[in-house]
Amino acid sequence: MAVNIPATPAVSRATPPAASGIRRHQWASMLWAAVRTQRGAIGLALTCVVGLVAVVGPLLIPHSPDALVTTEFARPSGSFPLGSDFLGRDLLSRVLDGGWLLLVMAIAATVIGVAGGAMAGMSAAYLRGHTDGIIMRTVDVILSFPQLVFALLLLALLGPKLWLIVLAVGISHAPQVARVVRSATLDISERDYVKVAELQGMRPARIMAKEVLPNLIAPLMVEAGLRLTYSIVIIAGLAFLGFGQPPPAANWGTMINENRIGLSLNPWAVIIPAVLIALLTIGTNTFTDAIARVAIGVERRPEEAALISDLGTGVAE
Amino acid sequence: MRYEPAPLPGGLAGPPRPSAEARLEVRDLEIRLGESGPDVVSEICFSVQAGEVLGLVGESGSGKSTVALALLGHARRGLKICGGQVRLDGVDLLALSPGDLRSARGAKVSYVPQDPSSALNPTLRVGTQLREALRVHAGAADDIEARVREVMSEAYLEPTPEMLRRYPHQLSGGQQQRVSIAMAFACRPSLIVLDEPTTGLDVSTQRHVLETVRSLCQSYGVAAVYVSHDLAVVSGLAASVAVMYAGRIIEIGPTARLFCEPLHPYSRGLISAVPSPERAEVLTGIDGQQPRPGRRGAGCSFASRCSFAAADCRSHTPEPVVINGRTVRCLRAWEIRPESAARPAVADGRAARLAAPIMSVRDVCASYGQTPVLFDVALDVPPESCVAVVGESGSGKTTLARCIAGLHSNWTGEITFRGAPLASGSRRRSKDVLQRVQYIFQNPYTSLNPRKTIGQTVAQPLEQFLDISFKERSSRVVQVLEDVSLGGDFLSRYPDQLSGGERQRVAIARALVAEPDLLICDEVTSSLDVSVQAIIVELLRRIQRERQLAMIFITHNLALVRSIAQAAVVLRDGAVVESGPVGQVLERPADAYTIRLMEDVPKLRTGPGGPAGWDTLAGRHRADGSPAQPDIVG
Repeated sequence: MAVNIPATPAVSRATPPAASGIRRHQWASMLWAAVRTQRGAIGLALTCVVGLVAVVGPLLIPHSPDALVTTEFARPSGSFPLGSDFLGRDLLSRVLDGGWLLLVMAIAATVIGVAGGAMAGMSAAYLRGHTDGIIMRTVDVILSFPQLVFALLLLALLGPKLWLIVLAVGISHAPQVARVVRSATLDISERDYVKVAELQGMRPARIMAKEVLPNLIAPLMVEAGLRLTYSIVIIAGLAFLGFGQPPPAANWGTMINENRIGLSLNPWAVIIPAVLIALLTIGTNTFTDAIARVAIGVERRPEEAALISDLGTGVAE
Repeated sequence: MRYEPAPLPGGLAGPPRPSAEARLEVRDLEIRLGESGPDVVSEICFSVQAGEVLGLVGESGSGKSTVALALLGHARRGLKICGGQVRLDGVDLLALSPGDLRSARGAKVSYVPQDPSSALNPTLRVGTQLREALRVHAGAADDIEARVREVMSEAYLEPTPEMLRRYPHQLSGGQQQRVSIAMAFACRPSLIVLDEPTTGLDVSTQRHVLETVRSLCQSYGVAAVYVSHDLAVVSGLAASVAVMYAGRIIEIGPTARLFCEPLHPYSRGLISAVPSPERAEVLTGIDGQQPRPGRRGAGCSFASRCSFAAADCRSHTPEPVVINGRTVRCLRAWEIRPESAARPAVADGRAARLAAPIMSVRDVCASYGQTPVLFDVALDVPPESCVAVVGESGSGKTTLARCIAGLHSNWTGEITFRGAPLASGSRRRSKDVLQRVQYIFQNPYTSLNPRKTIGQTVAQPLEQFLDISFKERSSRVVQVLEDVSLGGDFLSRYPDQLSGGERQRVAIARALVAEPDLLICDEVTSSLDVSVQAIIVELLRRIQRERQLAMIFITHNLALVRSIAQAAVVLRDGAVVESGPVGQVLERPADAYTIRLMEDVPKLRTGPGGPAGWDTLAGRHRADGSPAQPDIVG
């Protein structure tokens, strides 16, 4: 009746498979998760279509965008599928040529805004004290100007230069990003792994780079998408107001302005650029929204996220 | 002696009792993830008599809270009650219409949640919340005001108008929990479900709340289901106990018998993992993790962690059998001899050595802003020994640890390490001191960076403190991971792939790899299950001995102190009330506060010493000298 008790307990060290999508390349898995949602797929498709027009367009131009090839506000015809603009230039060529710079400027402004804002917000929240006070009061001052007015103010002071437009839009974004990043960092700074790094004598800059920043990916991606949308709108808006490339160059924002006098003669000259800008912003905004929804799932506490993924896909929303 | 398992007829209930008088009868309860997902809990059967408490115990994730909520006809989001009956006084709650169920809740079945501070509405006065319960159920009381006063005094709350006019935040945690207990009893329900109601409370408060629950259950004749992970609490309160594992009740029976002679290897493991405040014993934990819903394959779900597992256990799902008044789900329950839960004592003759202390704290006063937290605290840590700092929440024990570690810098006084005074903040300390004093945090879910692999996390101190080659670094990381029983294959994993116990082992490895002289452990086991706690405590004890570390072990759990420390310091409201060798402090406490703490700490009753009724049961089997005879029913 004696029971044989094995000398070593037969314990399997079975480990659970990867529970959630939190990995080294978290941004990639978040993007992929967003693309797989209906919302994300629609947003990405819209963005890609307009982006393709802007990027590949300059290679497919039938006529020189600056050449006066026909009469003013000509209706669409065989050799000019979209008709012509107020000076008689081919509209299709100008549409194809007028997007890429807008896109490049918007992306550059977004990068400046998100990077600057993230650094400011993270330093303010992590370093606390005077740094926090100085940064956040500066942020408050910039925030008190409407974005477009702030950009116009800088351009009026320093003259309409393209780099200045990018910089002005970027700076006007930074405070909003800083606010968001600051609140996220305040939460992360209180986590014990940050305390561990402090106890190891790690320098603040390194702690921010190695311990805090990787955990800010989700809010940063959402901010980047949102700021890109605003950048497109503001830069196109500035172009509409006359702060863009100098006249002969094609630009969707400028085109809306210069062709609106002929709305009854060739409405496409206004509609096409306007629709492209609208589709682009709707696309980026929808895709950002999908990322934000994914991010909410990722940003739950780790144990909760593990539980949720354990519970599997059968869980009703 | 070997007993052949006999098949049991039909579904089976808990302990064989006349079910006619059972107040609550649960039959074949099954809860799934969605309509057709995997089962979260299934085949749950038990009954509770009037005036009796059933303890529902198990590790986190075993499904005990899910079962508790199902008793109110409720399932958490995503879960669905798919089958079974919850018969309360003969009425199946699960078959009621939503309207009838709503009126039954509060009036017939009531619930006391874990955290009273979030269960009570912070914007309503205590009186308003109590009256609300009675108003909603018309006919519950003729005179609402009189009933409110009555139920308050029964819950040991002063039924004064001032008390009724208070808001929840003006009450202490214990008072808040008594208010929610009073609310639960207000309508004289037949069944009350308590979901870990004392988990956040101090031992003394916990004892008072438990007494309140016990006396109310008896005087009202309600059936109570008490969910808890704390076996000691259950052993003192419940008449019978159900042990849950991986969504099933694996053993159920009278409390005294189950705790004296656990039949299922899992119950046995759980019980031997509970530390005792009275004896210094070696704790044995249960390694591994319980399978999650949907990953419970064929066979016994405990087989992978069971030291008794045979080939059959992995292929056959054990059916419940009744042995000796208990229902057990174990294929080998008939063979495994019930044994008393006696554990080997810790063979540790080391008294605190007289050598010069490695760390000493003198006259330390600390404050948060303007609020003073510590008053003239003094503490010595001799080399190679473990000093426990014990205290209830708010006693300042964590603040003390943080002052020593350099995480809290607003203090005065003197802390010396190896004879040299320490600067107040970690930024003003030398790398050498930072390396020699390592700190392990309470919560392993927040102390590991979720974006770093285990290898990166453990290598980090080496990068910071030592200038060694990459190769040397990786070999040290692997070695220390093996030291904490994890091994090199954890290197490339991320924290979210690890269980709580594994995470805490990583945190310990991270502290050890720096080769410290002093280890500060701040409540390192309080967020872990008792079975994992035992493993971590044994690991720390072994490492402390092997590496000859000095250790400061901060805990609110007096029972743990016995198992790990050589000296103890008791803190109360920021001041040291008693200190000395563990044996002296715990066995012959001189201070009234320590005496009260020792009296109030719940003790697992595994032998004589429980209420009189239990002794007879427990004593009978011991007198036989042989394993108890199985009562086969059917």
